[in-house]
Amino acid sequence: MSAANRSRPGRSLILLLIVLASTVAWTYWPGASHEAKLGLDLRGGTQVILTPELAPGAEGVLTQDQINQTVEIIRQRVNGFGVAEAEVTVQGSGANAAIVVTVPGVNPEGITNLLKQTARLDFRAVLAAGSGIQVANPSPSPSATPLPQPTELPVQAATSEELYDQYLSLNCLTPGLLQGGRSDDPTKYMLTCSKDGFEKFVLAPAFITGDQVSDSQATLPQQGAGGWMVTLDFDSAGATKLSEASISLSKLPSPQNRFGIVLDGLVVSAPFFSEPILGGKAQIEGSFTAEEAKQLSQVLRYGALPVTLNIAESTSISPTLGQDQLSAGLLAGVIGLVLVAAYLLIYYRALGFVAVFSLVLAAFFTWLFIIGLGRTIGFTLTLAGIAGAIVAIGITADSFIVYFERIRDEIRDGKTLRVATELGWTRARRTMLAADFVSLLAAIVLYALSVGSVRGFAFTLGLTTVIDVLVAFWFTHPLVTYFGKSKWAENGGILTGVSRKRLTAGSIILIESEKK
Amino acid sequence: MKFNEVGNRLYTGETSVDFAGKRKVWYLASFVILAVSLFGLFGRGLNLGIEFEGGAKFNVPSTISVEDARNIVKAAGVPTSVIIAVGNERLEIQTPPLEQAEIESFITKIAADFKVEPSLITTQSVGPSWGADITRQALIGLGVFLLLVILFLTVYFEIRMAVAAIVALLHDLLITVGVYAITGFEVTPATVIGILTILGYSLYDTVVVFDKVKENTRGIIAQSRLNYRESANLALNQTLIRSINTSIVALLPVAAILIVGVGILQAGTLKDLALALFVGIAAGTYSSIFIATPFLVQLKERQPDIQALARRVHARRSNAGTDGPEAMKVSGNASLAIQVLQAGPRTQPKRNTRSKRKKS
Repeated sequence: MSAANRSRPGRSLILLLIVLASTVAWTYWPGASHEAKLGLDLRGGTQVILTPELAPGAEGVLTQDQINQTVEIIRQRVNGFGVAEAEVTVQGSGANAAIVVTVPGVNPEGITNLLKQTARLDFRAVLAAGSGIQVANPSPSPSATPLPQPTELPVQAATSEELYDQYLSLNCLTPGLLQGGRSDDPTKYMLTCSKDGFEKFVLAPAFITGDQVSDSQATLPQQGAGGWMVTLDFDSAGATKLSEASISLSKLPSPQNRFGIVLDGLVVSAPFFSEPILGGKAQIEGSFTAEEAKQLSQVLRYGALPVTLNIAESTSISPTLGQDQLSAGLLAGVIGLVLVAAYLLIYYRALGFVAVFSLVLAAFFTWLFIIGLGRTIGFTLTLAGIAGAIVAIGITADSFIVYFERIRDEIRDGKTLRVATELGWTRARRTMLAADFVSLLAAIVLYALSVGSVRGFAFTLGLTTVIDVLVAFWFTHPLVTYFGKSKWAENGGILTGVSRKRLTAGSIILIESEKK
Repeated sequence: MKFNEVGNRLYTGETSVDFAGKRKVWYLASFVILAVSLFGLFGRGLNLGIEFEGGAKFNVPSTISVEDARNIVKAAGVPTSVIIAVGNERLEIQTPPLEQAEIESFITKIAADFKVEPSLITTQSVGPSWGADITRQALIGLGVFLLLVILFLTVYFEIRMAVAAIVALLHDLLITVGVYAITGFEVTPATVIGILTILGYSLYDTVVVFDKVKENTRGIIAQSRLNYRESANLALNQTLIRSINTSIVALLPVAAILIVGVGILQAGTLKDLALALFVGIAAGTYSSIFIATPFLVQLKERQPDIQALARRVHARRSNAGTDGPEAMKVSGNASLAIQVLQAGPRTQPKRNTRSKRKKS
């Protein structure tokens, strides 16, 4: 064996220690959450999977742009609902895109219906505007009953007067108000807030509906002055209405010269008309950053092709059932680990000890990564994920068995224990890497091409496969090397698991070759 | 004879099971099992869960009898439903697809009749087209995976081993799906996960065996003591203990999931997953020994150089005569044992001659 090929168990162990220490440090980084992120099936809550689709009548294909905008709308709705830790994610893309909304804890009533509403885009003239944070009543008299405060937005009515009292008392930052998603009748007057809650408005019926916007882009003016702006193109009906509205509105004083761009019942932007716009082409100027201009133009383009959302799947699990499933999953893991450990110890004796230590170390690594990845990339542990980890106990132990059986084969061939551990390793290593590669391949393909619970499972399976390789190379092998060098093991007692006597027993050929 | 002694004798070839030679027996056994599976699959079909068919599922913590529960559900306006008692404390109600508003009113109605908090009722509702989407994605995933695996195995081993491994894999998948069709167990996403795991596991097992076959048959053309079939068969016997151990160790955690899934939770992800795994791993162990390698040998024996080797080995044996060394009388498998003894346990002729040289 050449010097370069000789294994250096000490080095590997030190390397492992460094990796372990940095993983612990990374996982338990101060100030971050140190608990695994649990899926709904383990903590209870509601998960709704929505599949976006073009609204009936609309032509064209669903673009990624629109899906992103839909996700933004849903995010606004969910955040406005006031539930903590709700999550909105997209899986897949294009026609296969699925929007997954996860709300942990108790099922908030009505959230599913709120999510599936199709969002409208409208242009409405501003009748009144003011700060969204309610200022004290101008004439606070002790006898005056407090004005009724709206509990939902938008509020709609046939005349603007009906809305005016509520307008005065409206505080846009009241929890739960800024969620949008409620019915939005373009023929009625409306009381609502800006999306960020800083302004409140009474708005006239819509003068242009979203489908009359044919295009919108964020651009920098040629001269470069004035920063980013958003251009708007209207179809012929839209152009006519725009010119009528701009002619009458641009004469009025502020805020009546403004109009609200209303998406999903909330005002996204409320620019004013500086002059009549006749050609069906408009531009919105302001102190936009590039990002703001892009977002606004995305909102405006969305209006042309509104997206309807189908509820593909909705699941709600009570927290008690979640708790039961979590403890059952962990119990199954412990039982599995104990059974495998017992088998390895009985069959491989001292070598089995090395295997059990390696398994415990692999389990510890898995646990650290589940916590750390939960914090950094939002990996969520589900029941299927726990099952994946438990199944991985067996597959990890399988690599040790492949290794140990190789060592025993070498001893049967008459090698000394020290040589057997090295030769066995070089041979087993190849097999292990090939087999683990296939497992990893399965995990990656499954993860990339699937949705929902299959993903969580595939992720854990892939993770544990990598950990298996890491532990086998940097922990099991160095330990077995030390074991092979020890006098006690070389003497081949019955407890070592590599007793030459036992490994030749019953075979005439092996005993004969031993005598030679 | 003790287990470890069996292992030792299997290693040398003194005890040997003729896996590769008796392939017709194993093929027949698998053929019968597969025929039953296919019959079940096309005859009875799979009992697909609501995740694939669309529908709603409610889990109610209640001790009411199934009969009473059925009346309550009917009274709530859902005429067709399947009600299953899950353990003693839970009822599962499956209904056809319902609108979201219907689901909410249904929960309110039955919560009052079952006398439970509405928030304790677990619900799941799946649109009809969504299940089809999931199934299609899973099938695409399976196809991509198989292609990649064939590619990898062809590079790492050779094309014939890749084909044999995939045949064994499809064999396992079909048996597992067949068991579900025949027993009528419900197929849920957890079942699909279990079946997909079998993909990885079945191949893991086959890769381990094939690696030994590859090692034993390296340079096989250059010698004339063992033909391919015997060499592959020896590899199988040598890895037999390993295969048994890895299977037991893989089945133990699955058994733990099954015990907990059936014993404590009675239903759900854990049970569905463990069932599929249990059947699949058992089938995977069987196929890597009885199907993958015999099929590989069959493929290899069509190669001209392997055929030539078999003729050379045969010619050499007929010249050698009948008086074999001691081992022949000990072992029941005469011809193989002679060859193994001459070749040494590792069946590598070069090493053997070197050790002879050292002795003399």
